Amino acid sequence: MDTNNAIELKNICKRFGDVFANKNITLEVRKGEILSLLGENGSGKTTLMNMLSGIYFPDDGQIFIDGKEVSITSPKDAYELGIGMIHQHFKLIETFTAAENIILGLPGKEVIQMNAVVEKINELIKKYGFELDPTKKIYDMSVSEKQTVEIIKMLYRGANILILDEPTAVLTPQETDRLFDVLRNMRNDGKAIIIITHKLHEVLSLSDRVAVLRKGEYIGTVLTKEATELSLTEMMVGEKVSLNIGRKPPVNVHKKLSIKNLTCVDKAGVTTLKNVSFEANAGEILGIAGIAGSGQKELLEAVAGLQNIQEGSIVFHDDKGDIELVGKTSTEIRNIGVALSFVPEDRLGMGLVGNMDLADNVMLRSYMDGKGIAVNRKKPRQKTEKIVDELKVVTPSISTPIRRLSGGNVQKVLVGREISNAPAVLMTAYAVRGLDINTSYIIYNLINEQKEKGVAVIYVGEDLDVLLELADRILVLCGGSVSGIVDARTTTKEQIGLMMTKHSTEVM
Amino acid sequence: MAKDNLKKEPLMRIVKRTKNSTISNKMAVIVRVVAILLALIVCGIFIFVLTKTNPIKVYYGMIEGAMGTNRRVWNTLRDTMILLAVSLAITPAFKMKFWNIGAEGQILVGGIATAAVMRYMGATMNGPGLFAVMIVVSIVAGMVWGIIPAIFKAQYNTNETLFTLMMNYIAIQLTSYFCIVWEAVKGSGTIGTINQETRNGWISTSFLGNIFGQFNYSINVILVIILMVVMAYYLKKTKHGYEIAVVGESENTARYAGINVKKVIIRTMAISGALCGLTGFLLVSGSSHTISTNTAGGRGFTAIIVSWLAKFNPYMMLLISFFLVFLDNGAVQIASQYGLNESASEVMTGIVLFFLIGCEFFLNYRVVFRGKHEEA
Amino acid sequence: MNIILIILKKIFTVTFIQKAVTQGIPILYGATGEIMTERSGNLNLGIPGIMYMGGIGGLVGAFAYEQSVAVPNGWVGVICALVVSMLFALIGGLIYSFLTITLRVNQNVTGLALTTFGVGFGNFLGGSLSRIAGSAGQVSVYITGQTFRTKIPFLSTKLGVVSDIVFSYGFLTYFSIVLAIFLSWFLFKTRKGLNLRAVGEDPAAADAAGINVIRYKYVATCTGAVISGLGGLYFVMEYLGGTWQNNGFGDRGWLAIALVILALWKPARAIWGCILFGGLYILFAYVPFGDAMQEIFKMLPYVVTIVVLVISSVREKKDSQAPKSLGLSYFREDR
Repeated sequence: MDTNNAIELKNICKRFGDVFANKNITLEVRKGEILSLLGENGSGKTTLMNMLSGIYFPDDGQIFIDGKEVSITSPKDAYELGIGMIHQHFKLIETFTAAENIILGLPGKEVIQMNAVVEKINELIKKYGFELDPTKKIYDMSVSEKQTVEIIKMLYRGANILILDEPTAVLTPQETDRLFDVLRNMRNDGKAIIIITHKLHEVLSLSDRVAVLRKGEYIGTVLTKEATELSLTEMMVGEKVSLNIGRKPPVNVHKKLSIKNLTCVDKAGVTTLKNVSFEANAGEILGIAGIAGSGQKELLEAVAGLQNIQEGSIVFHDDKGDIELVGKTSTEIRNIGVALSFVPEDRLGMGLVGNMDLADNVMLRSYMDGKGIAVNRKKPRQKTEKIVDELKVVTPSISTPIRRLSGGNVQKVLVGREISNAPAVLMTAYAVRGLDINTSYIIYNLINEQKEKGVAVIYVGEDLDVLLELADRILVLCGGSVSGIVDARTTTKEQIGLMMTKHSTEVM
Repeated sequence: MAKDNLKKEPLMRIVKRTKNSTISNKMAVIVRVVAILLALIVCGIFIFVLTKTNPIKVYYGMIEGAMGTNRRVWNTLRDTMILLAVSLAITPAFKMKFWNIGAEGQILVGGIATAAVMRYMGATMNGPGLFAVMIVVSIVAGMVWGIIPAIFKAQYNTNETLFTLMMNYIAIQLTSYFCIVWEAVKGSGTIGTINQETRNGWISTSFLGNIFGQFNYSINVILVIILMVVMAYYLKKTKHGYEIAVVGESENTARYAGINVKKVIIRTMAISGALCGLTGFLLVSGSSHTISTNTAGGRGFTAIIVSWLAKFNPYMMLLISFFLVFLDNGAVQIASQYGLNESASEVMTGIVLFFLIGCEFFLNYRVVFRGKHEEA
Repeated sequence: MNIILIILKKIFTVTFIQKAVTQGIPILYGATGEIMTERSGNLNLGIPGIMYMGGIGGLVGAFAYEQSVAVPNGWVGVICALVVSMLFALIGGLIYSFLTITLRVNQNVTGLALTTFGVGFGNFLGGSLSRIAGSAGQVSVYITGQTFRTKIPFLSTKLGVVSDIVFSYGFLTYFSIVLAIFLSWFLFKTRKGLNLRAVGEDPAAADAAGINVIRYKYVATCTGAVISGLGGLYFVMEYLGGTWQNNGFGDRGWLAIALVILALWKPARAIWGCILFGGLYILFAYVPFGDAMQEIFKMLPYVVTIVVLVISSVREKKDSQAPKSLGLSYFREDR
């Protein structure tokens, strides 16, 4: 065994159900290097790293740490092997101070010598160039400070291998620079660092080597100095695959939804959408591309009347005239006759109620229809029968709780319901995530049908091949702003890939 | 590279039941029956240790105690109906995942309101009007008691479990207050039977009672059975019931569906409190004809267990209420028969509840042993 | 104004303070135990039942001992009472822990069932103990009870008013205060305390930090039950002097749960809180508004608790909230 390798992975496999999240992955990480793990959403990066940090257990394959074969069954095992992973969702106790979080769960003298702890933390802070007050409470901290706490927590535990899952997704450019400085200091100290990302310029500026995953498979590792943005993008997205989705040329295209200067702020005060403007047309599919968390969810929810909108306007164009949607609740929008359909990303947590049966789920958005105090279940039941029949939903009956259905059938019901309301605008978020090929095609066909019927479709997707073959135009979001709107028939995957990682000013 | 030293997967792990592994209805019934049998065996041991008598004989004595005479049947029926009424009352809030453990207090304020009307208006307006007033004030009183914590929950997310719990004791003290204000004999602290001579405001002797004959509690039974059917309808068939179910499952989904979550919380607690108040009316006007701090008798707490065990199904609540009351009344009987303290019934009820509650685990989870892989 | 003066005059007396303390101590034990339990994320509504179990346990232990020897020694009786009391309360804690932590059944439902059981269990044994033993009359362990009431020599007599206010109680009183201070120190100054608070706040984060969540929940809940049980023991021995009253303990167990809120989940704060509650609990006897108004005054502890609950939820101050995972069972794979 080469003892210069901090980590060696051999033929690692992990399946979820019938889907391979990781397939025969072989990878090594050296001591004193920064390795970028690059890949699109769903390419299996996080799953692979979760097996190193003890959250998942591989179905097959071997893991070697410092040349010794190991078995990592819990986060504790990972700590003991010197592996520390910083997740996207921080695992910190809000009401504790940084120092308290850092020593949490550690053995040592029973009475905490907080001064000594703080001193030791300050040493680490100085050594690697962090900026942090160890006595500050987590709930008073910015996201970047919380991330610093997580990293120091790992170093304090003596981690020699650090894994960071998209650490810059939540940071400002200045904070990112500071983080990179710290990471370089740690590399020079001999630590092995893996950074999961899909931002190419970061990969190029920070790492020593780049390993690329695509659709759960290992594509290869290259030296960063021999790589370019283009070569990496090619490795990441692969050859263009022809999908035969059957897109027809749009007919009778006209303006349906105009969004101008839309800005949204979330509960924590973070701006999630910045000055977004675009138009969605009837008879056309507008694809929305972007790295996960670039504002896709907020954009769709804002249109649906479910977001706190700070500024901007959303105008719905109708035969009867223009209707402003900002300031109206989802119910009000519905009541004035604007037929918006929305297939949210979180199917069972937002779009459907897992413990209710199919028919009750189908009436979720129309249960108030009809007079009187009783719900009219007759129509929804007929509608459900129709959806089950037309979309070939596999279910024991329409009275089965929907959580018992497979993911594909759940989605068929959700999409079927939203389409059955004869929408003027149909918005879908990651409509084919986790679905098998056949079901995905059923969904594509449904969306195409809607477009042909004259519906304005907004399709948020993550597979660029699909977006290029399904959509007519593609809007690319990056960090809550629009970095461009392109013609899907003439654009290349690489172009979109670059727009996803760069702000509009850099592209133009 | 000693591969033998490697840690393996844990020997067994617990998995939530999912689409492919839900327990069948038949199995669910079997699990519960086994739990009750095990509980009865444990109770049997308990009885045997204390009385040295054959538990089978003792259990026979229980049946005798709960159903042995006409009177006992009526008492068991009456208590079942009251417990069922409280269970029905708390269910809408409970289904919305609002932990109303303040039913006790809501019942008491309903009872106080009823007693006040009986005392002050009984003589002047006996007849249907009196009952209408009693029903209305008891409902309003319970509703107010239920709405207060709901408003704070909706506005500030104030912990409703602790809030409603405290409201119970305020209601209990209010009851004590009126017990003294209205006390029958100076210094006794009890108000005795209200309108003992005239029987004004007693359900059993009212115009209602005359319709249904001499049976003491037939009105109670009919009212609660109607309530049960209405509640089943309300939860299953109405728009309100639908909203409650959605809010209880996921507030996020509720917002997506355009439901005003705060409004639903307050409205549902108003209904819940109102029905508890109505139960107070049934207790005071329909059975005890008096009020004391023991009028609710812990039913507000037992009802939570009933509703939870019944999985919010009103018809199942009838069965479970009957079972618990049967157990209780039977145990009281054997306690006196074998010279035990009558609290023995609470001990036995507790043991049975532990088993019934514990067996829910096997309905929601299953245990997977090492090496057995299956699809997620 | 006059009335207020009259009340104040009555309150600032030695007997009022003594009575407030005597009322407060069982509540302090209950609250301290419940704080330990809630710090692990378990809302144990079975505490009132467990306090009954602890109370009757003490009586059973002392009774068994006093019946078995001709001339009982009070201190041996005390030890027997303590051991059995703690054992009974531990059984209550174990039942709750097994159902909610291992079997992950709903905490509120389990707690309420445990209270039904515990109260019944206490009253049952309390009412039939002497008959089971074959003797007649009310169960009484006079010698042990008096030993529990033993005051500190010298300090309790020689210091005048200070003796009366501070040193006129049995050892369980002082132990409850020492225990509350110790547990505050434990929670906020030691590693295990830090870990325990983490479990109650966010078990998933605690798990990720390598803390054995299940073990912490079990130990905290069972320890909490034993501490609460001592409140029942105090009531039976020091307050009642070694006998049983049916339902005599009343609603003090629920008051203990209320005190947890007033103390903002900090045991040391429960010390003055318990004396306040004890004072509010008996204040009714000192108001000159007649019998009926006395009952209204008995609402005070609960009204105060609601006010504290509402204020803390409106203010949303992060440091004085209930542990975040309170009431939820932890299942690692739910992540």
